[in-house]
Amino acid sequence: MRLLSSRRRHPATRALFLALALSLMGVLYATVAPTAPSSAEGPSSTQIEEGQALYRTGCASCHGLNAEGTSQGPTLIGVGAGSVDFQMGTGRMPAAAPHAQIPAKPKVYSDDEIAAIAAYIGSLDLGIAIPDIGQYSMEKPARGQFPAGHDGDVAYETALDEYYRVVAIGGELFRTNCSACHNYQGTGGALPGGKHAPSLEGVEGRYILEAMRIGPQQMPVFSADVISDEEAAAMITYLEELHGQRNNGGLGLGGFGPVGEGLWAWLIGIGGLICFAIWITRKGVRAK
Amino acid sequence: MARPVSTDAPDSTTVETPDRPEQLGPVFKAAAGPAKWADERLGIAGLARSNLRKVFPDHWSFLLGEIALYAFIICLLSGVFLTLWFRPSMAEIEYEGSYQLLRGLPMSEAYASTIELSFDIRGGLLMRQIHHWGALLFIAAMFAHMLRVFFTGAFRKPRELNWLLGVGLIAIGMIEGFAGYSLPDDLLSGTGLRFVDGLVRSIPVVGTWLEFLVFGGEFPGDIIVARLYIAHVLLIPGIILGLIAAHLALVVYHKHTQFPGPGRTEKNVVGYPLFPVYMAKAGGFFFIVFGAIILMSATMQINPVWKYGAYNPEQVTAGSQPDWYMGWVEGAVRIMPGWESHIGGTTWSWNVFLPAVVLMGLLFTVMGVYPFIEQWVTKDKSEHHLLERPRNNPTRTAFGIAAMSCYAMFWLGGGNDIIATQFHVSLNAVTYFLRAAVFVVPVIAFIVTKRICISLQRSDIDRLLHGAESGIIDRSPEGGYAERHVPVSDEEAFMLTEHQPRKVAELEAGEDETGVSTGKGGLKERMRVKASGFYYADQPEKLTSEELAEAKAHILGHEDHAELESNAHANGSQSEDSQSEDSQSDEITAGEDEQAGTTPS
Repeated sequence: MRLLSSRRRHPATRALFLALALSLMGVLYATVAPTAPSSAEGPSSTQIEEGQALYRTGCASCHGLNAEGTSQGPTLIGVGAGSVDFQMGTGRMPAAAPHAQIPAKPKVYSDDEIAAIAAYIGSLDLGIAIPDIGQYSMEKPARGQFPAGHDGDVAYETALDEYYRVVAIGGELFRTNCSACHNYQGTGGALPGGKHAPSLEGVEGRYILEAMRIGPQQMPVFSADVISDEEAAAMITYLEELHGQRNNGGLGLGGFGPVGEGLWAWLIGIGGLICFAIWITRKGVRAK
Repeated sequence: MARPVSTDAPDSTTVETPDRPEQLGPVFKAAAGPAKWADERLGIAGLARSNLRKVFPDHWSFLLGEIALYAFIICLLSGVFLTLWFRPSMAEIEYEGSYQLLRGLPMSEAYASTIELSFDIRGGLLMRQIHHWGALLFIAAMFAHMLRVFFTGAFRKPRELNWLLGVGLIAIGMIEGFAGYSLPDDLLSGTGLRFVDGLVRSIPVVGTWLEFLVFGGEFPGDIIVARLYIAHVLLIPGIILGLIAAHLALVVYHKHTQFPGPGRTEKNVVGYPLFPVYMAKAGGFFFIVFGAIILMSATMQINPVWKYGAYNPEQVTAGSQPDWYMGWVEGAVRIMPGWESHIGGTTWSWNVFLPAVVLMGLLFTVMGVYPFIEQWVTKDKSEHHLLERPRNNPTRTAFGIAAMSCYAMFWLGGGNDIIATQFHVSLNAVTYFLRAAVFVVPVIAFIVTKRICISLQRSDIDRLLHGAESGIIDRSPEGGYAERHVPVSDEEAFMLTEHQPRKVAELEAGEDETGVSTGKGGLKERMRVKASGFYYADQPEKLTSEELAEAKAHILGHEDHAELESNAHANGSQSEDSQSEDSQSDEITAGEDEQAGTTPS
């Protein structure tokens, strides 16, 4: 103690104390302050500038020079990078024409350009960030991850079983929350007024999660408070597993359910059997 | 109309005299012993003698009912297989079977056993699909058969009761189908049950109590699957079997109807005997139907229950539709405006009650009473065994097409969401269009069909009066071109003239000359006369035999005599030949003999 008290009037004391207080505040701030949304690379200032330039060329005519929105398009301040990633990554934006619902189409911008515009919009205000791969996918156990031999087999089987149990719950969540519009197989369905719930077949998991979080067009928002990232990942994995499985029982007939089945029962079933009936009544004793 | 004379050679076969073999073959020898043994105890020879030679006419449309019968047999067989594994219980269990995407989820035993049938029982999925495709075809074939009977007037006396049996079979078949697809307890079947639950509850005043009666409490309860199961596998199939037996017995008793043609009258049946011709044909056709259903079941997925997940009342899926035969009811409910009224503490759900309960009742009522309505209009009490060609009864045909088009509009309504997504139209637009179309389209269909039928009749008359086009073009000395016409064959002329056009009923005097009421001028009679006018006012007159003879002479006697005569001669000799051959063809004309032989005592 003597060492410190005897030197308290040392000329360096003030400067040292100032430095200590500043660094303490700095550390405190660093731990408490909200972290900025992070994408894979993290937006750099040049990317934001690049994005702004692209935005002004391609988007500003509807969404306003500073993304404040016009009568033609909503404001993009606060929608977040994830929203841009969804709308442009699925080709919905830029829209070809005003529709009851903007349809998905092949994307117009490159991935880099979309990332730049997303970085620019993301820099304007907080919003939905582009999710990480871990947020929308589940790791499926592979045999290689486990040691060879019987114990490895057992461990692998157990892990696979656990995996499917989680995926099955994802399926149940999908049927509870999504199938009313998107159909039990995720093939989509009709909504009032010329709108529709699009098919989820072949849609990247990232876009499905983004859509849940931002609620684009007709879709309601499913926030992380309602459906957690883990649950969303299970739902998305369920869809991937469902669409990946082979069609047990024959041709899927488009997955339209009983309407398609009835159509084929009449066309192929009754139609085909009538052809046979005509054939069989012309055959035999009557045939010449 | 530009139809050439039939180029088919007329039926001509050599006379087949059944030459009995002097010496019995090995098969007959071997069968003789057991046959004698059985005959001495069962008397089957007598039965066989009268029934094996029973004559049936040949036409492809007569096989539609057979498709239904065979599909039903296939459903019975595959259904027995399914009952061996299906567990009709709504007890909740956790799924631990081999379908991974449902592992660990709670579900009913019924659903779990359906998944097990699909994935763990050898041949189970194929059997399920055979059962389901077979059921769709069973009901579709019944409808197709009914339409054939309707449009050809085969429901007329003496077959009205058999028509009613058929209507009953369709109604009960639909209930059977519904009970069947409600059993797996997956999301789709549960949604279908929910629909019926709403339908039951929409019945005014007593609906709620009825729901509790049916479901044993509030929906979904835990007994409905067991109840539907026993109805589906025992009660309803039993009734269907009984009705089919009665239906077929009446066909045998009445004898089969036949289309008009040479040698065919109201008093005979022209065709081939049951044994061996129809035994072979019907037996072969059974295997064709069997094969077609199995081929469909092996290559076309139907009702993938594992994808729907277990039924959970808080879930629903887009594209929830019933099987096709309930689709029109679904459609009616979908396009109905949301009318509801509250009277003294009770809710009257017109939006469900009218399109579901009332409309279904209406369809089967109209189907049931139609033969009697027509009979009342025509006052026709005579027996009819010759079928009417649809064109020869334009109003009936138009009425049938109008009913079909109305049904089709409701049917489209049942798939309005699929139409909206597949054809990129607005769901609302489809619904609004159909609301009007169910009333407008049948009227248009009626008028158009009636006019087409009358035109076809006129074209028949035209063909009789002016002959058929020969395909030979003559150039006149003036340079004009004209096609030669030749008289139609006697067979065709017979077919075209066999029907009896009806006259519009005339109102008889309400009083006789002494002023006493005859009871014929009443409101009922006046309505009948009006209805008769509606039915038959536009019917073209039938040609008399004098007119026909004159027309034939006229066609033959056209300008260029020499050439035409040689042509006509060739034609005439041909028809003469065919006539003479016809009389000795192997076709059996079963007249009074057959009739007497098969009338059950």
